[in-house]
Amino acid sequence: MSPQNSRWTYIANLAWRESRTARRRLLLYMSSISLGVAALVAIDSFASNVQASIRTQAKDLMGGDVSFTYNAKVPASIEKILDSLNTPGTPVAKIVSFISMASDTRSGGTRLAQIKAVGAGYPFYGEIRTAPDGQWARLQSGPYAIVDAALLIVLDAKVGDTLAIGFMKFPIIGTITSMAGQSDASLMMAPRVFVPERYAAETQLIGFGSRATYEWLIKLPPSTNVTKWSVPLRPKFQNEHVRMTTVVQSENNIAESVKQLADFLGIVGLIALLLGGIGVASGVNAFVTRKIDTVAVLRCLGATSGQVLAIYVAQAAAMGFIGAVVGVSLGIAIQFTLPLAIKDFLPVDVRVALDAKAIGMGLAIGVWVALVFALRPLLALRRVSPLQALRRDAAALETARVHDIPTHLVNIALVGSILLLAFERAGNLRRGALFAAGIGGSMLVLWLSAAGLSWLARKMVTPRWPYVIRQGVANLHRPANQTRTVVLALGFGAFLVSTLYLVQSNLLKQFEITAAQSKANLIFFDIQDDQRAGLDSILAAQGQHALGYTPIVMMKVAGVNGRTIPQWSAANAISVSSWVWRREFRSTYRDTMVATEKLAAGKWFGATHLPDSLSELSLEQSVAAEMHVKVGDIIAWDVQGVKVPVQVTSLRDVNWGRFEPNFFAVFTTKALRGAPKQYATVAAVPNDSIIATLQRASVTRFPNISSMDLSLVRRTIGQIVEKVSLAVRFLALFSLAMAIPVLFSAVAATRRDRLREGVLLKTLGATSAQIARILLSEYALLGTLGALTGMVLSFAGAWGLVRFIFDGTFAPALLPAFMIAFIMMALAIAIGLLTSRDVFKETPMAALREQ
Amino acid sequence: MLSAKDLTKEYLSGASKLAVLKHVSFDIPQGSFVSIVGPSGSGKTTLLGLLAGLDAPSGGTVTLDGVDLTRLTEDERALLRGEKVGFIFQTFQLIPTLTAIENVQVPLELRGERGAAERATLLLKRVGLGDRMDHFPTQLSGGEQQRVAIARAFSNSPRILFADEPTGNLDGETGARIVELLEELNRESGSTIVIVTHDLMLAQRAGRMIRLKDGAVVEDVTR
Repeated sequence: MSPQNSRWTYIANLAWRESRTARRRLLLYMSSISLGVAALVAIDSFASNVQASIRTQAKDLMGGDVSFTYNAKVPASIEKILDSLNTPGTPVAKIVSFISMASDTRSGGTRLAQIKAVGAGYPFYGEIRTAPDGQWARLQSGPYAIVDAALLIVLDAKVGDTLAIGFMKFPIIGTITSMAGQSDASLMMAPRVFVPERYAAETQLIGFGSRATYEWLIKLPPSTNVTKWSVPLRPKFQNEHVRMTTVVQSENNIAESVKQLADFLGIVGLIALLLGGIGVASGVNAFVTRKIDTVAVLRCLGATSGQVLAIYVAQAAAMGFIGAVVGVSLGIAIQFTLPLAIKDFLPVDVRVALDAKAIGMGLAIGVWVALVFALRPLLALRRVSPLQALRRDAAALETARVHDIPTHLVNIALVGSILLLAFERAGNLRRGALFAAGIGGSMLVLWLSAAGLSWLARKMVTPRWPYVIRQGVANLHRPANQTRTVVLALGFGAFLVSTLYLVQSNLLKQFEITAAQSKANLIFFDIQDDQRAGLDSILAAQGQHALGYTPIVMMKVAGVNGRTIPQWSAANAISVSSWVWRREFRSTYRDTMVATEKLAAGKWFGATHLPDSLSELSLEQSVAAEMHVKVGDIIAWDVQGVKVPVQVTSLRDVNWGRFEPNFFAVFTTKALRGAPKQYATVAAVPNDSIIATLQRASVTRFPNISSMDLSLVRRTIGQIVEKVSLAVRFLALFSLAMAIPVLFSAVAATRRDRLREGVLLKTLGATSAQIARILLSEYALLGTLGALTGMVLSFAGAWGLVRFIFDGTFAPALLPAFMIAFIMMALAIAIGLLTSRDVFKETPMAALREQ
Repeated sequence: MLSAKDLTKEYLSGASKLAVLKHVSFDIPQGSFVSIVGPSGSGKTTLLGLLAGLDAPSGGTVTLDGVDLTRLTEDERALLRGEKVGFIFQTFQLIPTLTAIENVQVPLELRGERGAAERATLLLKRVGLGDRMDHFPTQLSGGEQQRVAIARAFSNSPRILFADEPTGNLDGETGARIVELLEELNRESGSTIVIVTHDLMLAQRAGRMIRLKDGAVVEDVTR
C-alpha cells in the first residue's frame, strides 16, 4: 500500500473512530431525509409495480387484442366489416353494455346494474372465476346471469334466484369471484350482471333511445403485430365514428393515468425530501459547532483542511447512507401496504415486488441530498483555525471568503440538484421549472419573514417590557440566532402539511356540497311518453310526486356552419374521431334556465330574433370549445334521421356535480317538440323503504324504466371520499412526522448557545421558571411566524394546484389551516423546550465546569 | 533551529490597530529547552502561535530548519506541523471521542505512517500509562490526560515541541512530575522544547528564559 493510500485508509479509520459519540446525533439529523426517501421509494416502486401489472394484464383487462366501440346501434356497413373480420383465426366477440334495473323475482329487491351482454368466447384473455366454480363456461348455454356478489347482497338474492332485466328473466347461476378490470369503486355504484349477448334484444331495453354501448372484441393470432394490423382498418372506422382501440393503446392509456398520479405523489415526496435536506443542513450546522475544538486540535497535529473535510464528509456520507437505507426500508414497507389501502381504486391486481431501480434511485437521491445539504455547513470546518486549540475566543469559523470556489461549487450543486430533481419528478421541463420556482419562492418568502422578524425584534423591544420577554425576543436577533433556520424548517413543514390538507378538502368539498344541495333522491329515466301517467300513479300511491318531467331527445352532430364534420374538423384542427362527433347526445328542450346553469356567453332564448327556419340552441361551454363553435354558429343535428339546423345563441356553465338532469345541448321547445323522445324525472322521497317500494313497483310495471337511489349514490361517494381523505390524512400525518426530526435539527444548531446562556443566567440568579419563560417567548414567536407564513404560503400553493392542476375552484379552509399552524407552533415550542431541558436539570457549577 | 525575526502581530480593534507583538527577534538552537514568561496579555500565547505556524504574523518571519513559515499556506504549515512539531496544551486538548492510544496515533495516521499503534503503545508505556491505553479522556485524571498529550506530542518524533502552560491545570505535585517527564523526553529525543508559562519555578528549570512585556522581549537569559 502506498503512503498516499494508507493515509486515506487511516483517515477513514479516524473518521469512524472520531464519530463514536456523535453517531447517534448525526444519524438523527440524517434521519430527516429518511421519510422523504421512504416516500420516493414507496411511490416509485408502487408505480412501477402497477405499470408492470398493467403490462402483464393489459390483454386480460381488455379481454382481446383490438376493440371496436360505438355508442349506438352500428350502421349495417360497419357491422358487415366487423362480421368479415370474424374468421377461424381471428374470433370476434360482441358485447352490449347498458344500464338497467335488475330485480330479484323472489325477494323483490331492485337495483340499478351494469348489464353486460357478452358473446361466446368473451373474454379471449384472462380468467373469470365464479362461485360456484366453473359457471362462466355455462353462461352461454342458456338465458343465465352471472353477477357481482355485491348485487346479491343489495337485492337480498341468492344463486338460483331469477333476475328480471327489462322484459327478460335470467336465472342466476353464480357470482364473479375474480376478473381483471373494473375497480371496486365503480362496482359500488352499479354492480355488473353478465348475460349471453343473444338474449340482449329480448330484454327490449336496447332499442330506440337506449344508452347501450356496442363493442366487438377481436383476438388476433399470437404472432400478429397488433398496431400494424390495425393501421389499414383505422380510416374505415374513423369516418363512421367507431372507436378502435388496440391492446397497446389501452395499455398506454392506463399506464399514462397511473404515471400522472405517481408524478403528483412524487412531487409530494420530493418536497418531503427537500424539507429533510433543510433538516440535514441545520443539524450538520449544529454538529459543526460542536466539532470546532476537535478540528482545531487536528489542525495543530498536522491535518490539512482537505483531510479535515474528508473526515467529516465521510461521517456525513456514512450516516446519510444509513438514513437513506432506513428510508428505503420504510418505503418498501409502505409499498407493500399500499395495495391493501388503495386496491379499490386500481384497475389491475397489483403484484407487489421489490423494484431495484426505485430502491437504487431512492438510495442514491437520499445520499446525494443528505451530502449536498450537509456539505455547505461542513465546508466551514476547513476554516477552523488551529489557534482555536490555544485560545478559545479566537474566531472559531473564519468568515468565508467571497470567492471561495468550493462554496460556490456546493451552491451550484445544491441549486442544480433541486432543479434536476424537480425536472425528473415533474415529468416535463415547464412543470419542473414552475415547481422549482415555487419551492425557491416559498423559501425566499420564509427567509424574508424570518429576516423581518429579526429586524422587528431589534426595533420593537423596549425597556418597559418584562425582562424575560425582552430576553426571549432579543434572542431572535442576537448573533448566531436561530430565527432563519427554525422559521425556514417550520414554515416549510407547515406549508407542506397545510397544502396537502387544503387541496384534499377543496377537491372533496365539491362532492359534499353538490351532494347535499339536491333535495331529490330518486331519479327515473328511460320513461316513454305513454308511461308518464302510470309512473305518476305509482308515485301517488306512496304519497309522492314527480318533480317535473324532462324530455330527452337522442341526436348526433351532422355538421357545423354548412360544412360536414370532416371539413369542419380539418378547418379547425380537431380530430375527426373526437368524442363530440362520436357522441350520441341526449339533449332536452325548455325555455328557462335551471339552478345548475349559469349563462357564460350570448343571450338566453327569446332574446334573439331568428328567421322561422332556424331554432335556438344553448351549448355547454366545454363542448362548444371542443367543437370550436361560438355564439352565432349554426350546428346541424341528426335527430334520428332528420336534419335539424339550429343557431347557437348562448353558452352555459353547468355544475355537473349536482345530481340533477343536466345537458350539453338545450334547445328551444319549438325546435324539438315533435321529435321522438323519452323522459327523466326526479322525486324527493322521505325514506329508504319508500324508495325501495317505488323502485320495485316501477320495474314491475315498466321494466324499461330505470331508477337510481341518489342517497345510495351519495353514500357511495361518501365512502370513496372517506377513503381518499384517509389516504391524504395519512400523507399529511407523514409530512408532520417528518417535520419533527427537521425541527429538532434546526433547534439543535443553537442548543449549546442556549444552554450556556441559560446556565449563566442561573448563575446570576435566574430561576428555572424565568428561563422557561425566556425560552417560551422565543419559541412561541418563532413558531407563530414560521407556522403562519407556512399557512399563508399553503393557501397560495393549494390555490395554484386546485386551479391549474385539478381545474377546480379554491375556497380556503381557514379553521383546519389554523389548526395545522397551531400544531406546528406547539411542536416548535415543545421541541425548543425539550432540547433545552439540560438547563433545568444541571447545576450552574456542573455546566460551567463543562465550558 | 527556530528563528524569529522582527515578529509583529497586530489586530484590528474597531478602527484602530492593536499591536500584540512588537518586533520580536531571537534564535532557538536545536535541542534547547526554552521558557517564555510574562504577565497576562504580554503576548506569550500569540508568540507561541506564530512560532508554531498556527497563525500568520502581521510582519517579520519565522524560520524552522531553514523553512520560512510565513511563506507557506495554511495547509503547507499543517503538513510541516505534522512532520516536525509537537504540541502540549494547558487544557490537554485530547480528542474526546478517541481512546488514549487512538489520540496518540493521530499525528502518525494523518501522515499515513505504518506502525502507528506500536509506536503509540511504546510511548504510552513510556509515560506510565501502559494499563490505560483504551481509556477515553473523560476516564482519565488531569495528570493522566496530560501524559497522553505528551505521548501524542512525541509520537511524530518532533524537531520542536511547544507547550502552552502544560502544568496550568494540574496540582503542584502532578505538574512537577509532568515537567520531569518532559525533561527526560527532551534529553532522550533531542527535540527542542518551547514552554509558555506563568509558573516561574517551571520557567527556571529551562536552560533559557525569554521574558515578554507588552508584546516585546524585555529579558532573554541563558543559564
